Amino acid sequence: MELKGLKAAFPHTLPVMAGYLALGTAYGILMDTIGMNALWTAFSSLTVFAGSAQMLSISLLETAAPLIQAALLTLVLNFRHLFYGLSLIGQYRETGWRKPYLIFGLTDETYAILTATPVPPGVLPGDFYFFVTLLNQSYWVAGSVLGTLIGSLITFSTQGVDFAMTALFVVLLTEQVKKKENRLPAGIGLAFSLVFLLLLGPDRFLIPSLAAITLCLLALGGKGKELSPP
Amino acid sequence: MIHSLLLLLVMAAVTLLTRALPFLLFDRPGELPDWISWLGRVLPPAIMALLVVYCLRNIDLLSASHGLPELLGVAAAALLHLWKGNTMLSIFGATVFYMLLIQGGLF
Repeated sequence: MELKGLKAAFPHTLPVMAGYLALGTAYGILMDTIGMNALWTAFSSLTVFAGSAQMLSISLLETAAPLIQAALLTLVLNFRHLFYGLSLIGQYRETGWRKPYLIFGLTDETYAILTATPVPPGVLPGDFYFFVTLLNQSYWVAGSVLGTLIGSLITFSTQGVDFAMTALFVVLLTEQVKKKENRLPAGIGLAFSLVFLLLLGPDRFLIPSLAAITLCLLALGGKGKELSPP
Repeated sequence: MIHSLLLLLVMAAVTLLTRALPFLLFDRPGELPDWISWLGRVLPPAIMALLVVYCLRNIDLLSASHGLPELLGVAAAALLHLWKGNTMLSIFGATVFYMLLIQGGLF
């Protein structure tokens, strides 16, 4: 492992730093309001490390929900990760000892950066992936712990900082559709997610969309000549 | 206290399972099956589009602001990026623009 991987990874993670510090702080404040201290917050961010599931854990912890309920809700909420892993199997080969951590730390934002950013020249791909993942988790741990410790002291308005996450996805998508061959898949992703959002509403559209997108792309893979792998 | 600890450990285990399952099932030694390398190429742009929609899923087009700040913020990020091609500028420019819109009392 070489430290120049850290230097190469850092600039790519700055948008995530803004987003995770803001969202992590919001989560940390909520932990404080249900009487969980910073050790609990740190434990959760180090082991669960999934923003939406941790937000959900607030009400589960507060009501001491049954474990089976926690397991099922987490499964539904994080089901999308299955599709991330599916498309990274090739990319994560040859990453050696880093691979278990890369898989553990595969959040939406890390997935987005690592699939849309070419590995900088002169850097081992595995090192680049590792440091992007590690930096992103460190922002999330720092933001959530700070939120629990001193969140109630923040007086200036940070409302809207988390838009950095949305902007990150928009910019990476813009970058991807500069390449012609990415336009059809991106269009398919956009069309299915909009249709299912309108049909099923914001709480239910995610998994059906992912399933439909994947099936549609697999069907295309069998025929599309202009799309078929070289 | 024990229950809280168990609850977080269960959530951690299930989350890890959703991240690791594709690798456990399909990451075999030897050459990758065609359909997996195909998905590796075409799923990321499709998922990126889905993540954008996911971020905007709670916009209410009929409410006070009609989702205008969000849509203007998205347009700003894409246009800035097509114009200058600087990732940091596009993301932070759009975010500051969005914060000004929602904190400035216009919407």
